[in-house]
Amino acid sequence: MGLDSLYLKQEREAEWRAELRKQTKNKDRMLIERVSMPELEPEVRVNYQDREVNSGLTREMAMQEAVRCMDCANPTCIEGCPVSINIPKFIKNIERGEIQQAASVLKETSALPAVCGRVCPQEKQCEAQCFYVQKLNKPAVAIGHLERFAADFERESGEMSIPETAKSNGIKVATVGSGPAALSFAGDMVKKGYDVTVFEALHEIGGVLKYGIPEFRLPNKIVDKELENLQKMGVHFETNFIVGRTASFDDLKEQGFQAFFIGSGAGLPRFMSIPGENYNGILSSNEYLTRVNLMGAQYDETDTPVLHGKRVAVIGGGNTAMDSVRTALRLGAEKAMIVYRRSEEEMPARIEEIKHAKEEGVEFHNLCNPLEYYGDEKGRVSGMKLIRMQLGEPDASGRRRPVPMEGSEFEMEVDLVIVAVGVSPNPLVPSSLKELKVTKWGTIVVDETKMQSSIPEMFAGGDIVRGGATVILAMGDGRRAAEKMDHFLKEKYAVN
Amino acid sequence: MNKVVKKEFFSEKVVRLVVEAPLIARSRKAGNFVILRVGEKGERIPLTIASADAEKGTIDLVAQVVGVSTSKLADLEPGDYITDLVGPLGKPTHIENVGTILAAGGGVGVAPLLPIVEAFKKAGNRVITVLAARSKDLIILEDQMRQWSDELIVMTDDGSHGRKGLVTAGMEEILQREEVNECIVIGPAIMMKFAALLTEKYNVPTQASLNSIMVDGTGMCGACRVSVGGKTRFTCVDGPEFDAHHIDFDEMLMRLGGYREEEKEALERYHLQHKLVEE
Repeated sequence: MGLDSLYLKQEREAEWRAELRKQTKNKDRMLIERVSMPELEPEVRVNYQDREVNSGLTREMAMQEAVRCMDCANPTCIEGCPVSINIPKFIKNIERGEIQQAASVLKETSALPAVCGRVCPQEKQCEAQCFYVQKLNKPAVAIGHLERFAADFERESGEMSIPETAKSNGIKVATVGSGPAALSFAGDMVKKGYDVTVFEALHEIGGVLKYGIPEFRLPNKIVDKELENLQKMGVHFETNFIVGRTASFDDLKEQGFQAFFIGSGAGLPRFMSIPGENYNGILSSNEYLTRVNLMGAQYDETDTPVLHGKRVAVIGGGNTAMDSVRTALRLGAEKAMIVYRRSEEEMPARIEEIKHAKEEGVEFHNLCNPLEYYGDEKGRVSGMKLIRMQLGEPDASGRRRPVPMEGSEFEMEVDLVIVAVGVSPNPLVPSSLKELKVTKWGTIVVDETKMQSSIPEMFAGGDIVRGGATVILAMGDGRRAAEKMDHFLKEKYAVN
Repeated sequence: MNKVVKKEFFSEKVVRLVVEAPLIARSRKAGNFVILRVGEKGERIPLTIASADAEKGTIDLVAQVVGVSTSKLADLEPGDYITDLVGPLGKPTHIENVGTILAAGGGVGVAPLLPIVEAFKKAGNRVITVLAARSKDLIILEDQMRQWSDELIVMTDDGSHGRKGLVTAGMEEILQREEVNECIVIGPAIMMKFAALLTEKYNVPTQASLNSIMVDGTGMCGACRVSVGGKTRFTCVDGPEFDAHHIDFDEMLMRLGGYREEEKEALERYHLQHKLVEE
């Protein structure tokens, strides 16, 4: 996919951009220090589950950071972005102070810019491909911060522009799930003129953006605003609807749906199957985060309860583990600990999240792994037995394999354990579509060039295909699937 | 959708709601459940579908008032809406003609047992049903059960209706008397535990429908996990029915108490609010 290079070149040659390039010498651009994101003080923010840690750039900061971008002739940053945002174009718009236009550029290819600006691991994507990193060995242009700034600016201005949509072609398509993959798919398809319905099993739209990622990283009201945008573009949302259960795929086909995008995610939490794991007070990160983020369990006026712990251990080293441990701190834990079987270097969590967790006082117990849990007379977890690990040879994932060190067992007192060791694909959809081909891990098999499953009118993407991955990869899949489904349907119906 | 069209109390604490849910009414099977939420601050709770009328587009839900959410549900009046209702969830009961079925229901567990008894009867089985409760006013759906059963025994702890004694006494009488090919039990976890111990003695395959704590009901969180045959299973997607002889009921009973204090506090808050409003 990607943006056409000729198109990119033409846009780069726009008069205003040529003018901007001339205004400041590259040498001077390079002298500017990368902006740092203002954030709430750790001692303040640990008291609030619902106050965002990163507080966003000011207009002045953003405009200065935008000057750093050299508007490269060959913008490699775009290649690092799974949804191919025209990065130099939006940044140059910020540099000249046209923030609303910058926001419109984002929305050309991204359905959720305010979300991505907050949760994408830019250091592994667009920013990793930035000229500054690649050629100058300097910090990348803060693409993520700038994306967030432009999207927030537009939202706060109250003048959200709605991307243009093609004339309706009358073809109905549906998504199964409403997470990032499905939303990005829906945004692109509605732009192409399709009649899109998003079906969601839970009572709120957004998938992991709502139930998983906490308010201190991604406020739900920001997600809602981007959803509102999609709704204004014409996307229909149906909550409390399980495709394959509430109505079958055949029922929906009868209602005129011509093709489906399955983006039902990898929501099934993994446990470790070790003794004592079913004691009360041991729960999956999905359960813990859903109770807090989706159900608001931390507030007195809501009915959903959540268990509080004084000594909380979170097992795992991904973003979900960081979200859980930081949530535990905010819910009053005296000691909040990460227990991870490899070393910090191998942690899949974003560097920023690890840093934030440390600033907030999270204890890291790396290179150890739980073996067994103990419970009290009421069946509540009271302690755990761990073993120390050392790193051996690299495994299939390229990370060094953790090996237990014999005789290094030790015990730790805990009263709440959150298990965040990964997720498996949700079996609900494959179980209601027997002819759908799945792998032995339960992921849906798709032809990668076509994003198409073994059933021609069923496309799939995101975690249900990849296993647990990232928001932005899911969004990239959604975009690709939209492009491929569009070709498929146009061929089928011989429309242009 | 989700409009309450009818409400009746079987007893002071057990309520039946007929709710508009045309899609679920059409697609549900015996053994399926729904997750519902009352009010924007409400929690998600599972309830088995007691029966459904596909033509009218309604489902029947029977709930026993035990905490905040069931109180809120029981306070709904005809014309009110259930904020969120999703389903049908869980694996349906495996129904086939196996010969003689012994169905045992305890307390409000009789409600989810009804569609299963009906389905087994319609599949050509001989169905013997044992209903049990603490006292007469807690026996529900007796007439409906009788309609689909070849024989019906009622047991009450205090002997105020039917025979005096526990559900297992009624079950054992049948097991001693004739060959039973399959047994299904639904009720409080402690009742299912002892029913399972009994049928194991008689070597009768037994299914129990579990009422674990749930949040999403779609396999996303594992709150409802149980040990079956030494393996961790999720009640919402792998169940709710499991081979009763392999369920770790003691662990299940322990897990059901996981939020007891939080539940108590929430109920006290709810009663206090109600009192303030009424005053």
